[in-house]
Amino acid sequence: MPDNITTENSLPTGDAIIEIIGMHKWYGEFHVLQDINLTVKKKERIVICGPSGSGKSTLIRCINRLEEHQRGQIIVDGIELTNDVKNVEKIRAEVGMVFQHFNLFPHLTIVENLTLGPIWVRKTPKKEAEETAMYYLEKVHIAEQAQKFPGQLSGGQQQRVAIARSLCMKPNVMLFDEPTSALDPEMIKEVLDVMIDLAQEGMTMLVVTHEMGFAKSVAHRVLFMDYGQIVEQNTPSEFFDNPQHDRTKLFLSQIL
Amino acid sequence: MEKADIKQIETEVKPPVASKGVVGWARANLFNTWFNSILTLVTLFVLWKTVPPFFRWAIVDSLWFSTGEACRGTEGACWSVIPANIRFILFGFFPYQLQWRPLLAMVILVVLLFYSRDRRHWNNSLVYAWVAGLFAMGLLMKGGILGLVEVESTQWGGLPLTLMLSVFGLAAAYPLGVVLALGRQSKMPAVKALCVVYIEMIRGVPLITLLFMSSIVFPLFLPEGVTVNVILRAQVAIIMFTAAYIAEVVRGGLQGMSKGQYEAAESLGLNYYQTMRLVILPQALKIVIPPTVSQLISALKDTSLVVIIALYDLLKTTQSVLSDPSWMAFSSEAYIFVALIYFFCCYFMSSYSRRLEKELDTGL
Repeated sequence: MPDNITTENSLPTGDAIIEIIGMHKWYGEFHVLQDINLTVKKKERIVICGPSGSGKSTLIRCINRLEEHQRGQIIVDGIELTNDVKNVEKIRAEVGMVFQHFNLFPHLTIVENLTLGPIWVRKTPKKEAEETAMYYLEKVHIAEQAQKFPGQLSGGQQQRVAIARSLCMKPNVMLFDEPTSALDPEMIKEVLDVMIDLAQEGMTMLVVTHEMGFAKSVAHRVLFMDYGQIVEQNTPSEFFDNPQHDRTKLFLSQIL
Repeated sequence: MEKADIKQIETEVKPPVASKGVVGWARANLFNTWFNSILTLVTLFVLWKTVPPFFRWAIVDSLWFSTGEACRGTEGACWSVIPANIRFILFGFFPYQLQWRPLLAMVILVVLLFYSRDRRHWNNSLVYAWVAGLFAMGLLMKGGILGLVEVESTQWGGLPLTLMLSVFGLAAAYPLGVVLALGRQSKMPAVKALCVVYIEMIRGVPLITLLFMSSIVFPLFLPEGVTVNVILRAQVAIIMFTAAYIAEVVRGGLQGMSKGQYEAAESLGLNYYQTMRLVILPQALKIVIPPTVSQLISALKDTSLVVIIALYDLLKTTQSVLSDPSWMAFSSEAYIFVALIYFFCCYFMSSYSRRLEKELDTGL
């Protein structure tokens, strides 16, 4: 893991961009998220970890309403998430999302994958959208693949394309849902490197991951979730060196 | 140095030769087990018994341009039944002097269809070409203006009628089927219920029933004096019927889409229509090309059922010819001819679908 990479680790002091207040979610009878309170400041980078089934993916999927919450409030960029479809679409355009299984559109070329959102949601002219797309493809070191289809790329390349696809929408926040979990070991680094670049540019990021090295070097704050609750949150150094809760200690002892 | 070595090996080692001439091939494929040997011999025997006699009947002893009387005396096929009656088979009761009009209309249709095969031609001017083409076809068939004598639609028949019912039937049924499939997946209960009821009701009855209803029951509901053209009613019945089947095929494709595709599209901020049009349908429809084309092919053949509401489609005009005493004995020849026309239409569709599948294949 790139422990030697230093990102600016002082906590941002700006305005809150995401506010979650007393949020609950149920799947039927199952109480998957319980009383979540979380404020994310602009440019803040948060890593969420925890055992599987702890609700960490569900939490970030609530932030762009891929999942609905049933109680409490989620406010993103000053807009509260409700059933108002127009608001939801507006927020989704501002919030980038990267999935575990990439979810590229297999029927479109790489560059078409990247320009789809800008052209149809942002109404960017095609030429301009393509230029932006090429810029971000350069950034994730994959510009030479622009005219290929996703099926012709390796997993690591696909995930970098997925990151670039989100960036083309010029999002204010990026959500990462286990971005490296479906990758072969030798491809994890190329994706993490792209994410570290992004962090250094000051992107607000919420990352669900098991890559603890990444958490240590990049995060401002690490959240530990278990049974649908945020059990503990702290700076990476405190979190890893001096965990407070038994459940956190147990979890860390199992993965480190 | 290493590279050169590898090259040398490549040139020296050739893949094993799979077959050594005809004998080797036959031994490997036709006589490799005792069971296959028996099958091969039986097949050869059957071919020897059937092919030469058919060849003699269809080609050697056949008559191509004779009268019905001359045919009586021969052992072979009497293909004369076709050239002698070709204009009635193809155009039915369309006024004899004016039959160049449906012929021209068909030529326009076929040219447009062939031109539309190539996806590079799919642009705005193609749409205008179709609009102009449809207008010209309507004009040619119906007449009544521009100095063209009016021809009642009751006189339409034969191949133009079959082509019209199928091409417009399929062209309208496909989008309607897609809409129905989307409706059936809808989260809105009323829309969903409507689509489910429609699809299940239509699929629950045979096409013949729908055609009868359109010709007998439907006019009962119209106010007195109002009539709807019988061809139009048959056309609507065919569209409604085919759409229900297409809807179920498309629904299969929609269910094959992973949830991740919806989520990825939605998380970019695309709305429902954009998600469907740009991400989901292009993939789902591609997956279901083979069953869709099967459905369309069977719809094309089903247009021959319109005979039961007294429309003279291609099959019916052929049958009418065979009721003429001088040609009565030569139904096989006439039916083979009609079968070939149907076959070419269907084969065109299925080969085009294979081509589309290949073109749209993006390696996933």
